[in-house]
Amino acid sequence: MTDEVILQVKDLKTYFTVDEGVVKAVDGVSFDLHKGETLGIVGESGCGKSVTNLSIINMIPSPPGKIVGGKVLFHDKDLLAMSPSEIRHIRGNKISMIFQDPMTSLNPFLKVSTQMVETIVLHQGLSKAAAKEKAIEMLKLAGIPAPEKRIDQYPHQFSGGMRQRVMIAMSLSCNPEILIADEPTSALDVTIQAQILELIQELTTRLGTAVILITHSLGVVAGTCDTLCVMYAGRVVERGITDEVFAEPKHPYTQGLIHSVPRLDRDNTDRLFSIQGQPPNVIDLPDCCPFYPRCEKAMDICKKKYPKIAHFDQGRAVSCWLYSGGKDE
Amino acid sequence: MARYFIRRVLSLIPTLFVIVTLSFFLIRLAPGGPFAREKAVPEIILQNLLKRYHMDEPLWNQYVRYLGDVVRWDFGPSFRYRDLTVNEMIDSGLPISMLLGVTSLVMAVVSGVAVGIVSALKQNKWPDYVAVSLAVIGISVPLFVLGPILQLFVGLRWKILPMGQWISTHGWKAIILPALTLSFPYFAYIARLSRASILEVLRSDYIRTARAKGLKESVVVWKHVLKGALLPVVTYLGPAFSGIVVGSVVVETVFLIPGIGRPFVQSAINRDYTLIMGEVVVYSVILVVANLLVDIIYGFLDPRISYK
Repeated sequence: MTDEVILQVKDLKTYFTVDEGVVKAVDGVSFDLHKGETLGIVGESGCGKSVTNLSIINMIPSPPGKIVGGKVLFHDKDLLAMSPSEIRHIRGNKISMIFQDPMTSLNPFLKVSTQMVETIVLHQGLSKAAAKEKAIEMLKLAGIPAPEKRIDQYPHQFSGGMRQRVMIAMSLSCNPEILIADEPTSALDVTIQAQILELIQELTTRLGTAVILITHSLGVVAGTCDTLCVMYAGRVVERGITDEVFAEPKHPYTQGLIHSVPRLDRDNTDRLFSIQGQPPNVIDLPDCCPFYPRCEKAMDICKKKYPKIAHFDQGRAVSCWLYSGGKDE
Repeated sequence: MARYFIRRVLSLIPTLFVIVTLSFFLIRLAPGGPFAREKAVPEIILQNLLKRYHMDEPLWNQYVRYLGDVVRWDFGPSFRYRDLTVNEMIDSGLPISMLLGVTSLVMAVVSGVAVGIVSALKQNKWPDYVAVSLAVIGISVPLFVLGPILQLFVGLRWKILPMGQWISTHGWKAIILPALTLSFPYFAYIARLSRASILEVLRSDYIRTARAKGLKESVVVWKHVLKGALLPVVTYLGPAFSGIVVGSVVVETVFLIPGIGRPFVQSAINRDYTLIMGEVVVYSVILVVANLLVDIIYGFLDPRISYK
C-alpha cells in the first residue's frame, strides 16, 4: 500500500425509485483507495455495499436505479461522467469484479476458454492464441490443476470453489488496478472460503492490485484488509485502518458488530452479544441517524439530524453525534 | 450419443403401439359408424359392406388384422372415399400440409424471435408495446377470422395475391397468404416466449459478469444472452411442428388447400375408421420424431446435457 490514491469515491448517491417511494441505497458514501490497498466494506445485508461497488463502474440497472450525485474519480477522471465506450474500456481492464455466487456468474453455455479469451482479446489486443496462452497461465496461477485441459471445459464441469478460481483468474487476466470482490466467499464452503481469500490476497499482492472486498464477515476483514469502511443504511458510519478500528471501535454500531463476533479466547458462558432490532427500512428515510433506534447511546439530537463526520488521525472518520460535539449546529 | 439415438428410436415402437391400440378401440366406442346414414341402408347392403371391410368379424380379429397392416404401413381403404386408399390420401395430402406447415413455422420462428429480441431489449418502450400488442392479437384472433380478412383485402380488393387454392393452380404465390395466416398465432407465441426468456437471462448473474468485463452490449446480447434464451423456443418447436403440420384444418378449409388437415377432421365426423387411424398414426410419428429431433438439438445447444 502506497500513498498514491487511485480511486476516490466522493459523496456517492444511488437511489432506486420503486412503487413505495425512493430507496436511498447509497446516500453520500465517500472513501479513498490507495495503490495496492485492500479495503474492506462491511455491513448487514441491504446496507448498500454491493450497490456502492456497482455504482463505481456505473453498472446500476436503470431503471429503477439512478446515480443521483457524487463522483468516482479514478486517476482523477470521473467514471460516472464517462461515455459508455470509455467506461467499457475501464471495466474488466482497469477495474474488474468478482461476484458472490460462482455457480451462476459464469455463462453455462460458453467454454471457460471462450469467456476468458474474449476479455483478454478485448482489452489487451492479443491474438486469440496468445490470449489463450495467457488464460492458461492465469488459471495455473489461480490454482486450477491441468489448466490446458480444463480451459476447454464448460463451467458446469467445475466445482463451486474451482469456478470462483476461474472467476478470479478471469478478473485478474488484464492486470487490473482494482479488483472489486463482492462477497467472493459467501456462497462457498468454509474450508474453501479460506483458500479463496488466500488466493485473492496472494495474487493481488503479487500483481500490485488494490482490492475492495465486500463482506459481512468481520473475521474476513480482520484477516485480509488494510483499511475498513463500516456501512449502515446506505452510509459509511466509520472508516479507518483495520487494526485501529478493531482495537478501538468508535461508532456504537461498529462496537456492536465487533462485540457480536464469537471468540474462542473469551469465556463462552455468556450469551453471544447481538445488536437489538432490525436494520431500518431505507425507503424515504428521514434525516436522522438511522441507527438511533438500535443504539444504546442514543441522544435527542440523533433523532433530529444526521451527524456530521468527525475526522481523526490517519484517515479515521466516524459519523456519530458522540464525536460531532453533540449540541453544536 | 448413437446409443441414445437408437434407444429413443426403439422407444417409438411401444409408444406407437399404445397410440394405435387406444385410438383403434376409442373410435369404435363412439356412437355411429362409417355406414350410418340418416336414410337407413338396406340390411343386405349393409351386410355386404361390413363383409367387404371385414367388419363382420369379431373386434379382436379386426384389431390383429389392423396391427398387421399398420406394421406394413398399409392403412387400408377409406370407408368414405371409396376410390381411394388411406395411403393414397396421405401421400397426396401430407407433402402439401408439410410444405405449408414448414413454411409457416420458419416464418413464425424468424419473425417471432426477431420481435422477441427487439421487445426484450426495448422493454417498456414503444417497440415493446407494439410487439406485445401484436402478440396478444396473434394469440386471440382466430384463424377463421384472420384468413378471410386477408383474403378480402389482399386477395379480393387489392388483387395482390391469389385468394385460395394451391401451388398447382396459382404457382408459388399461393402459399403466401395461407402460410401467413397459419404462422400468426405461432409467431405471437414465439415472440412472447423469447421475450420472456431473454428478459430473464438479461437479469442473470452471468450477464452481469459479461458486462463487468467491459463487453459491448451487442456482444453481450448476441454471444451471451441468445444461446441460453432461445432454448425454450427450441423446446416449443417439437409440438409446434407436429401441430402446425396437421393442425392446419381451418387454413386448409378457408384457402381450399388439398392437405391432410381437412380430411382428418372430416374423417372423425364421418367415422371413417381407417382414415382416422391413418392420420392418427402419421400425426403420432411426426410428433414423436419432432420431439426426438428437438432433444438431439438440445444436446448440441446446452453443454450441460449429455446423452448416454
